[in-house]
Amino acid sequence: MVWVNDIIQGVLLGGLYALFAAGLALVFGVMRLVNLAHGDFSVMAAYLALVIVGSLNVNPLYSLVFAMIVMGIFGYAIQRGLFNFAMDAGPMQAILATFGVAIIVQNLLLEGFTANSKGLDAGRIENAFIRISNQVVIGWFPLITLLVAVAVLLGLQIFLSRTRLGRAFRATADNQRAAQLMGIDNRHLYGMAMALALAMVAIGGVFIGIRTTFSPSAGPLRLIFAYEAVIIGGLGSLWGTLVGGIVLGVAQVLGDHIQQGWGILVGHLVFLAILAFRPQGLFARQAQ
Amino acid sequence: MLGQGQTQTVKVERYTRASRVALPVAAVIIIAAATIPAWGSSAVMKQSVTFLTLLALAQMWNLLAGYAGLVSVGQQAYVGIGAYTLWVFAEKVGINPFVCVIIAGVVAAAFAVPTAGLAFRLRGGYFAVGTWVIAEVYRLLVTKISWLGGGSGVSFNSVARIDRGTREAVIFWLALGVAVGSVVLVYFLLRSRRGLALTAIRDDETGARGLGVNVFRSKLWVYIIAAFGTGVTGAVIYLNLLRAQPEAAFSLNWSALMIFAVVIGGLGTIEGPIIGAIIFFALQQFLADYGTWYLVLLGAIAAGVVVFAQRGLWGTLVRRRAVDLFPVRRRLCLETVCFVEESPRQSGEELGKLTEGGFGSPPEPGSS
Repeated sequence: MVWVNDIIQGVLLGGLYALFAAGLALVFGVMRLVNLAHGDFSVMAAYLALVIVGSLNVNPLYSLVFAMIVMGIFGYAIQRGLFNFAMDAGPMQAILATFGVAIIVQNLLLEGFTANSKGLDAGRIENAFIRISNQVVIGWFPLITLLVAVAVLLGLQIFLSRTRLGRAFRATADNQRAAQLMGIDNRHLYGMAMALALAMVAIGGVFIGIRTTFSPSAGPLRLIFAYEAVIIGGLGSLWGTLVGGIVLGVAQVLGDHIQQGWGILVGHLVFLAILAFRPQGLFARQAQ
Repeated sequence: MLGQGQTQTVKVERYTRASRVALPVAAVIIIAAATIPAWGSSAVMKQSVTFLTLLALAQMWNLLAGYAGLVSVGQQAYVGIGAYTLWVFAEKVGINPFVCVIIAGVVAAAFAVPTAGLAFRLRGGYFAVGTWVIAEVYRLLVTKISWLGGGSGVSFNSVARIDRGTREAVIFWLALGVAVGSVVLVYFLLRSRRGLALTAIRDDETGARGLGVNVFRSKLWVYIIAAFGTGVTGAVIYLNLLRAQPEAAFSLNWSALMIFAVVIGGLGTIEGPIIGAIIFFALQQFLADYGTWYLVLLGAIAAGVVVFAQRGLWGTLVRRRAVDLFPVRRRLCLETVCFVEESPRQSGEELGKLTEGGFGSPPEPGSS
């Protein structure tokens, strides 16, 4: 039963990783950009929520809406102000520009908020749990996180398949030049994609901030987890990112169970094993 | 000395006027620098080692990204492996630490083979993060292995026991050696047959493949050579520091250092990383008191240069002129006029290819 509990906790943790991974996958899918500042943007969102909570004294879950809007606007602005130009310069330049931004964000946060760990306090919900048996206990908050992740992915799926903008996203993902010829303003579209991705990453950032603590240096590891979830799930598959996140979450929790402190390493090793034996990921659209 | 193929009116030149001047000037500078241990203070030597090793790291990263199009943010793996190899062979095996520097390079190159086996399945941005994850795996493994000192790190006692004057002088010469060595290595590599293949890959990967260049093997070679150079440099850095901790030795900051220096100076040239290292080092000295602000500024400069002056400072400077200090390009000379080979086209078409994927079409897994 202990194992069952571990697996359940891992699945719940996976929901959190899927929230990070979806934004990374969206940006990559639409504009072929691997945003190395992805994790740092999520930390930035958490600090944003912290500032709002501190000044308005509200529950962080309310500040989430505000954080999503601000991160969305920020995403649009940085895409149109910098990343679009970087992508014009070349794919390598784009990666390096996001790396520069990652270092800037990390150090600005360090300057503004010191290196101390901070947490967001959401009140009673944080500690509430459902006891299924003596050994299987499900926390309400992790459960909500997973449900939100599923809802976000579902919303993204509907958005991509049903709306006009979503169709433009898919068209650009398939063939950027043809989409442009059909009258799609790709610079604006890229801005919208980054805005959407950062709004999603804001949810992940605030949720992880409630769940544990965070510090300005937390970003890179989150980028890595999101990235591992994307690769494990398979590039180009939205629901694959959820499965990827869950596989990673379960691997980490089980790893930590076998030997305290080995969770992250076991997660990396599972990722490398997937890379070695099934490089197209578990859920690639088509195997080649 | 002049050319390769020569006919009556057409000849191919590599040497430029600047390069003929540059060689003796460089020789004088190196010889002058080599005398620093005789008159320089301990602080000057420590600083020089920092600068020279930065130059070597940048040169190796430029070889990877500038020529083979491999944007790695995991080169800290080889700095760390270099440091820990030095420790194992100097402390546990008991070999002279200065000799261990070469072993460190060999071990780093050995680790590069399986690393490449995994990472080469990924392209472009995904390759970048993949190398980073593998570097993290190495770091975590070192932290978990108590024989390697675990998370608290190790001290280089056998190095510390060496008489201070001798130690500092030898470390300085080693650092000078790796800096000059890295430049010479890249220079001769680029002038070789393989270098021609690399330049072709840099300019147009598909075209190079069409002409019969084995792209995969060329990239693998570059990756292994860069790992060797980075490992040797890592060992020299830690000879100088005398203590290594996994957190610091495998820190992403090493990659940030290399990337910023190369990007600021100019990708895809030998001169770029040298200029970049000088600027980077100068900024470091100027802004040392401002703590994290200096990294903010460096990040901003690097992001700005990469977007708005893609060729970096050196590339922008020599853009339309043949001011090559290290003549690795060929020029076609017709009687009086010389045509310079097209300068590095920084677009890296192949990276765009990595990138077929996303929601639309699935990516091509694995590499060539």
